[in-house]
Amino acid sequence: MDRIDTQLLETIADLHEIPAGAYNIRKNGAGLSRRSTANIEIVPKTDKPGIDIIVAPGTKNESVHIPVILTETGLNDLVYNDFYIGEDADVLIVAGCGIHNAGDSDSQHDGIHTFHIGKNAHIRYIEKHYGEGDGKGGRILNPVTVVEQAEGAVCEMEMVQVRGVDSTVRTTTAELAADAKLIVTERLMTHGTQEARSDIEVRLNGNGASSQIVSRSVARDSSKQIFHPNAVGNAECRAHVQCDSIIMDDATVSSIPAITANCADAQIIHEAAIGRINNDQLIKLMTFGMTEEEAENVIIEGFLK
Amino acid sequence: MLKLEQLSFQVPADGTNLEIIDSVDLEIPTGSFTVITGPNGGGKSTLARLIMGIEKPTGGRILFKGEDITALSIPERAKRGIGYAFQQPPRFKGLTVRRLLSLAAGESLSKDACSAYLTAVGLDPDEYLNREMDASLSGGEAKRVEIATLMARRAELVIFDEPEAGIDLWSFSMLVESFRTLVGEDRRSVIVISHQERIMQLADTMVIIAGGKVCQSGTRDEILPKLLGEVDGRKEA
Ligand SMILES: Nc1ncnc2c1ncn2[C@@H]1O[C@H](COP(=O)(O)OP(=O)(O)OP(=O)(O)O)[C@@H](O)[C@H]1O
Ligand SMILES: [Mg+2]
Repeated sequence: MDRIDTQLLETIADLHEIPAGAYNIRKNGAGLSRRSTANIEIVPKTDKPGIDIIVAPGTKNESVHIPVILTETGLNDLVYNDFYIGEDADVLIVAGCGIHNAGDSDSQHDGIHTFHIGKNAHIRYIEKHYGEGDGKGGRILNPVTVVEQAEGAVCEMEMVQVRGVDSTVRTTTAELAADAKLIVTERLMTHGTQEARSDIEVRLNGNGASSQIVSRSVARDSSKQIFHPNAVGNAECRAHVQCDSIIMDDATVSSIPAITANCADAQIIHEAAIGRINNDQLIKLMTFGMTEEEAENVIIEGFLK
Repeated sequence: MLKLEQLSFQVPADGTNLEIIDSVDLEIPTGSFTVITGPNGGGKSTLARLIMGIEKPTGGRILFKGEDITALSIPERAKRGIGYAFQQPPRFKGLTVRRLLSLAAGESLSKDACSAYLTAVGLDPDEYLNREMDASLSGGEAKRVEIATLMARRAELVIFDEPEAGIDLWSFSMLVESFRTLVGEDRRSVIVISHQERIMQLADTMVIIAGGKVCQSGTRDEILPKLLGEVDGRKEA
């Protein structure tokens, strides 16, 4: 691993050294290093690129890190990662992709992640996306996330696109059985001429299922963003969808939250807001001695935290 | 400390100019406690915003410690030592009370230092330090955080805009004590815009602003009995 590798890993997975617990580090389309533990097994797939991550039932307080880095220009890396989370397990999964593209061809990573979460299991999934490098080639990330939650399973997902991703289309779908709970927190910042689209569909199929989808974004320069979350209530359930965007410069943001109830006992709410940075907030911070630009950055940083 | 000379602020309205602040002359001595009061819509907040640089005057000058600051920006005035607690504090998504206090102080404050500022306005640090200054705070809570941030600024001239608004009786007593400390031990120059008699009791100087003009100013003993007399319809003593 060289310095670019370690910096990318630090940005996307807060990794300063080899992580504790199970891990798989993928670089430029191939596995770089991998470790399984007694309770978490990581098995490379034989039929297509990717890995199976198998977490034994009842595993507690363990973590899996599966970062991906791309440093070669012109790569198109497609990978399938399947998670099998045993009943009553409680684990942290840190994923993420960092692209350093110094060349003139596009670098692309499409991660297809499927989660099978067993009864009463709990996962916290953190995914950060980041791009850098001064080549003319694009940095493209099109993640697909599929979540299946058994009864009482809890899934918390934090998906963050930090900076430098030229084009992204995120597709997330989830199926929730009775008493399952899904919390999705999405944070996105686009700048330059970047484009980002996020489609999320959550289907609440069992009584007592609940979901909360919170999307916060900042669109700068002439970037474009589209959000399309949809919560579908097929049983006695609760869901809350919230999209909140700060728009700056010549950016475009489109929020299209949708809610569908196929059951009279479904309670589903959506809220969406798009607006400039509030002027009073800017002025307040300027009275602390900050310039307008410093104040803007503090507000954006807090908003996307 | 602060001198306003023929300060005016007009806004265009229906083809004419509306005089919001009209040729105000005012002097705030160093280490003084001034209470500005007067009817709603009289121009008190506008005057404070002019001093802070949030509004630009259409006439007159503002002198701070002998320097003409009329053309200076908000951060430039802040750096010279002027601070202002808003009548209606803005809310911030994602900024904790602790972070806001540190931003106000211009340095990363210790937990103990933050706690002291919160306690001074009657907020329990354990409960509020890590709360976000967002819409989930009640009006009175946000108001007290706003006052605490101005205390943390440690500015030489501090302006509080109706600090009593929405604040319960218990916190109000603490606030009065904190104001006493600001002028007493800390030797700040304090301007409080207020409608509260208990705050007026702390003043050395009182100014009444109505219709954009200073209509009365003087020592507390000159102004306060007259004011209370007018309001109560009592006979002047
Ligand atoms: N930028 C502006 N444009 C138009 N009118 C303004 C502007 N700023 C202030 N005003 C008007 O000037 C008047 C004075 O407002 P200001 O907020 O200073 O009053 P105040 O004395 O602080 O009142 P209160 O006691 O209710 O807080 C009000 O009638 C207000 O509507
Ligand atoms: Mg006012």
